[in-house]
Amino acid sequence: MGLMDRIPAYVDRLPGGSVVMAPVDWAINEVQASSMWYMLFGLACCAIELMATGAARYDFDRLGMIFRATPRQSDLMIVAGTLTLKMAPRVKLLHEQMAEPRYVIAMGGCTTYGGPFYHDGYSVLKGVDKIIPVDVFIAGCPPRPEALLNGCLAMQEKIRRNKLGQPRGPAIHIPPTAGRFSIPSGSPPSERDPQIPG
Amino acid sequence: MSPDEFLPTLKTRFPEVEFQLDPLNPRALKMSASGVPEVFAWLRDAPEAAMEFLEFSTAVDHPPDRLELVYSLYSYTHRHRLVLKVDLPRHAPTIPTLAHLWQNADWNEREIYDLFGVFFSGHPDLRRLMMPEDWEGHPLRKDYSHPNLTPRPD
Ligand code: SF4
Repeated sequence: MGLMDRIPAYVDRLPGGSVVMAPVDWAINEVQASSMWYMLFGLACCAIELMATGAARYDFDRLGMIFRATPRQSDLMIVAGTLTLKMAPRVKLLHEQMAEPRYVIAMGGCTTYGGPFYHDGYSVLKGVDKIIPVDVFIAGCPPRPEALLNGCLAMQEKIRRNKLGQPRGPAIHIPPTAGRFSIPSGSPPSERDPQIPG
Repeated sequence: MSPDEFLPTLKTRFPEVEFQLDPLNPRALKMSASGVPEVFAWLRDAPEAAMEFLEFSTAVDHPPDRLELVYSLYSYTHRHRLVLKVDLPRHAPTIPTLAHLWQNADWNEREIYDLFGVFFSGHPDLRRLMMPEDWEGHPLRKDYSHPNLTPRPD
């Protein structure tokens, strides 16, 4: 099946070339979803798993994800690790330095709700969504690379459901197993059949 | 030398400082705060001690009134180790710094200041090390509390 069969587009062949007619939404979303460049930073043990996912065995590159060492060139922030109260203003600043549209994945229990430091921890921020908006939460301590890849696929799927001028859908929660993610009910139907490898 | 061999040497050299074997740990010596930093300078420079390395310094909180500093010294020359413990009053713990003797004491003492609130007089740069600069309180004190701290249910 060729690429052209999968896109909701109309191709008009002209002498000397062709014109592709497609919805603006679709084109913008597809471009964003296929090149989620993520910011290169990690905070704790989850960052090791993030590195493993970026390395050859699991290979982020096949999703079009390449790490960037500066927020100015990043589209996606994967908050991987324990976010301390001391680090929280820095992460907020980095998020503000990223250009719109920017997306955030909260990876692991620590960034989701405080993780192992929820009880008896005085120095850990209990949920990164207290300071920046989060699109995908991934459970696990740490999440396996499969779960992280699953979260990135969910992120892509969420980007593909964006509608111009409308607010983003609700956050997606990825369970710790490597099972296929589920989009919460109530979110708008997809433009395309979600052919997501599980 | 082992701690009980150090004890008579230190007692004759520093008659004004109190030394005793730690009743809880036979590998440690307790000493009074008046011996800091002269005893440490001697332990580092005397050929029979030659403690080139301050392995770590830390503190233990013993409410209601005692705070204990723990220093561990090691000699590469003689391959012996000595742990020294100093009791301080918990309400106003102050002790001279060792940062001029061992460079790593600088950050160790900043950490102790940060987490236990011990003031090291003569320290070149006594700022918080771990917690944010504007943090209030010293988290490793046993009576510490913070709005962010959720107790673990039993
Ligand atoms: S969620 Fe677990 S693995 Fe991840 S940073 Fe927290 S403690 Fe480490």
